[in-house]
Amino acid sequence: MALGVSRQYYKHGAENISFKARVEELSGQNINLCYQCGACSSGCPLSKEMDLLPSKVIRLVQLGRDDPLSSRTIWVCSTCFECEVRCPRGIDIASVMEALRQIMLRRKYSDVKLESIDPEKLRSLPQIALISNLRKLMA
Amino acid sequence: MSLRLAYYPGCTLKTNARNYEISALASSKALGIELIELPRWNCCGTVHALAKDDVMHYIAPVRNLIRVEQLKSSGLVDGERLVTLCEMCYNTLKRADIGVKEDQERRRKLREVMEEEPPYGGGGVEVIHLLQLIREVGWERVKKRVVRPLKGLRVAPYYGCLLLRPRGLGIDDANNPTIFERLIESLGAEVVGIPFKAKCCGSYQTVHMGHVASELSYRILRQAVEGKADVITLACPLCEYNLGERQGEIRGLFPDLKYIPVLYFTQLIALAFGLEDSVGLEMNNPDPRPLLRMKGFLREA
Ligand code: SF4
Ligand code: SF4
Repeated sequence: MALGVSRQYYKHGAENISFKARVEELSGQNINLCYQCGACSSGCPLSKEMDLLPSKVIRLVQLGRDDPLSSRTIWVCSTCFECEVRCPRGIDIASVMEALRQIMLRRKYSDVKLESIDPEKLRSLPQIALISNLRKLMA
Repeated sequence: MSLRLAYYPGCTLKTNARNYEISALASSKALGIELIELPRWNCCGTVHALAKDDVMHYIAPVRNLIRVEQLKSSGLVDGERLVTLCEMCYNTLKRADIGVKEDQERRRKLREVMEEEPPYGGGGVEVIHLLQLIREVGWERVKKRVVRPLKGLRVAPYYGCLLLRPRGLGIDDANNPTIFERLIESLGAEVVGIPFKAKCCGSYQTVHMGHVASELSYRILRQAVEGKADVITLACPLCEYNLGERQGEIRGLFPDLKYIPVLYFTQLIALAFGLEDSVGLEMNNPDPRPLLRMKGFLREA
């Protein structure tokens, strides 16, 4: 298993290159700049809820691996930009998270199902909560 | 002569956060600023579309920016500044403005899909937040207008995310903001500093990940309570919902938490300015009135 994973790391195929390029294009960020200092992960208020830390997401994208697409992390991120102001390399990690979400959303995956929200709660929520949630996680 | 400026309320200011709007309009007026509501405004989308190829989500905010130019040319406002109150509206409109002005290709595409509107992008519209405007007016002028100093009221300011971040967009230093502190002092109140004053409250995750928002909000509230703050003040209706409205739910998970009222900064201003009919405190939850009465900042009911 461990071997399989590491082999995947070093096999940098065309699909890896195109995935990384796609994320860079959508996010407008140069992923290569990251030197894995971890400042983004240490500042992230939601890291506790994540299966992949933000710095790890960036590392995997650097390697052209699309594992973050199936992570919880990209849906847990609240786009608070804490990581963005902390990154010493000037990477907007929040935009990378959005790029990854967008790839999934454009494949018609959506993380929130309206039917799953309690109707009582739906009525009491202010527009600002509902619209931002659905815009980030459904549209 | 008061200064007339275009004002964008946004959806929540007309419903759950009416207390924010009422107090902001009255306080601004007392400072010589007349906020003129943008005609035919629409929802800004609440969040900025970060994907670089996005055009569609620019339409709503840009339509509002076009309205500012129209209002200006009708002579009803002085200049092309657009004043916002909600942090998310501020951020979304500001970023849309930048995104259109710096990207010619996006401008071209937008013109194609918004053919019924005059083109946008060349003009001088500037999106600002009311706090910026008050800072510009000057703390001295604020102090002079105070008729009921909030002496002895301990206030913990909570900035949230989108007034300070991302880089280049914040209305103050992202790492060490002081604009709220200056305002609180100008009103005669006492500042209670909390380490998490700019940490996310959980934002829109409150919709389907309630426990996560509760946990984040709890940490912020607890710091304020431990600092012996009487109230928290903030500038965003979503933060207000998470920190205020949801306190009952949060206490279900963390029974040790004491209730602490949450007020919009404009409500504090209106109180200190003696504009008691324009504070809208009856809409706040938890109810701050008993405490404010006890402290002598409100007449007995
Ligand atoms: S923007 Fe997302 S990844 Fe970055 S600190 Fe905030 S929640 Fe964490
Ligand atoms: S803060 Fe920036 S450089 Fe450091 S690990 Fe995160 S993305 Fe990489």
